[in-house]
Amino acid sequence: MQDSIFCDFKPPLNSQTAKIEASRCHYCYDAPCIQACPTEIDIPSFIRKISNGNLRGAAQDILSANVMGGTCARVCPVEVLCHSACVREVGEGKSVEIGLLQRFATDQFFEGPPESTQNLFERAPLHGKKVAVVGGGPAGLSASHRLALLGYAVTLFEARSKVGGLNEYGLAPYKVTSEGVQQEIDWILGVGGIDLKLNCALGTDVSLDSLRTEFDAVFLALGLGGVKKLGIPGEDQPGVFEASRFIEKIRQTTRIADLPVGRSAVVIGGGSTAIDIAIELKCLGAESVTIVYRGSEEKMSATLHERELARTAGVVICTSGRPVRILGNASGVAAVEFERTDRNAGERFELVANQVFKAIGQTLAVDAEVLRSIGLKGGRISVGNPGEIKPFETAIPGIFAGGDCIGLGEDLTVTAVQHGKLVAYAIHQSLFKEKSGDINYGRSHLSNRRGEITQSFLAGFSTANG
Amino acid sequence: MKSPNPFWLASAPPTDKQINVERAFRAGWGGAVWKTLGEDPPVVNVCSRYGAAEWNGQKLMGFNNIELITDRPLDVNLAEFKEVKRAWPDRALILSLMVPCQEESWKSILKKIEDTGADGIELNLGCPHGMSERGMGAAVGQVPEYVEQITRWCKNYTRMPVFVKLTPNITDIRLPARAAKKGGADALSLINTINSIIGVDLDRMSPTPHVGGKGTHGGYCGPAVKPISLNMVAEIARDPETRGMPISGIGGISDWRDAAEFLALGSQGVQICTAAMHYGFKIIGDLTNGLSNWMDTQGYRHLEDFVGKALPNVVHWHDLDLNFKTVAKIDQTQCIHCGLCYVACEDTSHQSISVRREESGSSKIRRSIYEVKESECVGCNLCALVCPVECISMVQQETGIGYLPWSRHPQNPKFKYGGNLTEKVKDAPYKGPKSQG
Repeated sequence: MQDSIFCDFKPPLNSQTAKIEASRCHYCYDAPCIQACPTEIDIPSFIRKISNGNLRGAAQDILSANVMGGTCARVCPVEVLCHSACVREVGEGKSVEIGLLQRFATDQFFEGPPESTQNLFERAPLHGKKVAVVGGGPAGLSASHRLALLGYAVTLFEARSKVGGLNEYGLAPYKVTSEGVQQEIDWILGVGGIDLKLNCALGTDVSLDSLRTEFDAVFLALGLGGVKKLGIPGEDQPGVFEASRFIEKIRQTTRIADLPVGRSAVVIGGGSTAIDIAIELKCLGAESVTIVYRGSEEKMSATLHERELARTAGVVICTSGRPVRILGNASGVAAVEFERTDRNAGERFELVANQVFKAIGQTLAVDAEVLRSIGLKGGRISVGNPGEIKPFETAIPGIFAGGDCIGLGEDLTVTAVQHGKLVAYAIHQSLFKEKSGDINYGRSHLSNRRGEITQSFLAGFSTANG
Repeated sequence: MKSPNPFWLASAPPTDKQINVERAFRAGWGGAVWKTLGEDPPVVNVCSRYGAAEWNGQKLMGFNNIELITDRPLDVNLAEFKEVKRAWPDRALILSLMVPCQEESWKSILKKIEDTGADGIELNLGCPHGMSERGMGAAVGQVPEYVEQITRWCKNYTRMPVFVKLTPNITDIRLPARAAKKGGADALSLINTINSIIGVDLDRMSPTPHVGGKGTHGGYCGPAVKPISLNMVAEIARDPETRGMPISGIGGISDWRDAAEFLALGSQGVQICTAAMHYGFKIIGDLTNGLSNWMDTQGYRHLEDFVGKALPNVVHWHDLDLNFKTVAKIDQTQCIHCGLCYVACEDTSHQSISVRREESGSSKIRRSIYEVKESECVGCNLCALVCPVECISMVQQETGIGYLPWSRHPQNPKFKYGGNLTEKVKDAPYKGPKSQG
């Protein structure tokens, strides 16, 4: 990966700047930032630990609530999550840099010696129950880690040759580099008790029925591997790409110079993927990159911060344009024709493009037939809501689902991680039939070596069941 | 004694050499107390010498040193001193001295400095480290009899004004102050540094600053010691036996406001060291400008207009009005909902602040609303002190009942035992050196 092109767009803190930034945290009681964090990281506590030089403790606070705290520090839309809730944002319009501090704490931790990183958490002794986790993305990894800590023998099935899911294949390199992702995943799997089955896809290599019989519980963390189609003429010609597949290529290629980059590109969509591909194309040398979204700018799911990033990179954002057809010539794509959807509805316009990127959303990649028995709703797996009787459980008892493949979250890495964590607790509760209030997670195995219980574990559970 | 402004550099590393003092005077400092001179051969200093207490990212919140007095020969110091004084006649230039506690030593050094042109001498009876183990500094400053004796010797052998610099490492600062006055001192300087270990290096398992892995106690100063010094200055300024004695206030003064507080409690001038060691001599501009602007705003034309002005309001605890009442008031429009007031009151004080989650608004986040339970509030100030945005004010309550001090309070045991206990424990007045009866 060419680091010079895809270097951090926001430089990390160093120990001095981290200390100064940490000192801005008021250590709020009932801190609103914790409420705003989908994984409920005890943010004031980890920041205070940065202040007083207990970086390992800071990492403990973060990783006990969010096992992918390092990645989330980079990819979370903090401006709509923790930063938006920070009392400094309320008071002075400038939040504490929670994301950068979280990154500092986790980076320092992962860069530490193995004896420091590998024994942060200890697994409970195996109690004999087995869980199959299908899908090695953020939700699957998070659940596997938590289940392993709870004493389960976990088998993690991954259709591809590497685990990580969107973290490995889908995150734009300007946000997080491959090395960082791999380090975090290695650490997660390093907890032990997780048997990894790579290149093993649901429906083709392993059936849901066999998993249901072989394991005490199954967690489907399938993600959304498929890409929605535009359904317009010209979509299948050369030069039309699925944005998420292209990002995957950027991440996985060894020779970035070989990637095809056109002079002018049109990106269709309004979410984070559209922003990511547009910025990456500018990094790769595209002369003009235009994002076209069918609605108004306020309706885009990309945050203001993301849109500003894109514009700073030289991307043009064009709204209220619905693609009608993709025009081609002998050498491939030539232009895209759009129809206006605003007050000039019906009016058409064309944008010249050598490449077109589709970023209008993802779909379940697993054959619907395989999943039919467990019930789909709106193209996603339907499950019990968190906080209800059978959180994250599908219509088939013992089969759970979470992450992007269910319709409950915001399709963020951080929500997938939280789902994984909550599913682990839900499975634990269903198998041991304990009431949420008196589940004994075994303090020793949810604690660090000194036997201190990490409150966040229990906090996560009480939210789901409380 | 006159100086262009009340800000002097204290006897310390910044005043050890001509080059330092002249840089300070060029920057605008009103005076300087030259780093303490001793008998030849000069002392030898160690490496390293300073340690600091940081707080929440702020450097030099507290500062500590294990440096001794000047390590340069006496004649070198005196030659430089004379040159500086000649070049800067309008500045106050004081010589600090420390020699063994014997009449001959003091007599001899005073003779050597007589023709330096110094505006006065300051007796260093306060250094708590290194020199005190040799029977000087704090070792004599802690014994009022010695303080009086040395002061008297000096008054006998010099025509120069004598400042006695007091050590805070003592139970009652009034005793050495009274002794200095009895010995004939013209003025008091206080405080010298506080005996301390500034920290422990947990890797070396050694106190800091370390000298080859070993450390020792040193003298503590900097912003953290200001409150201790303010109290000692007020104690002396209020003491009937020392009232009116000129005081040069020292201890953690970093800005004009600190200085104004010392002056309000009765110091006629102040001495500064740590702030200069932290930021350089340029801060004098900030000090003089700040004090001057504040005086203009207040309508004070001269320092005398406000020196000691806060003293009448420093009273014994038992003269405070037990009927005075304030309650906290939270300005909800300024509140940022951090909850620090609530948890401080709930966990550690009087459970006088209520908390409730606001009704669910448009946002996913439901902020907590904090309100004072006025009937429970004892007006302790804690919430207002911890509030990071200062949205809590302490509002005075009309009680409708008059002044009631402890001495007249029905719960005062004097009514039970038939006497005023507080009066019985008053300090025995200082009687003077035993040898002199």
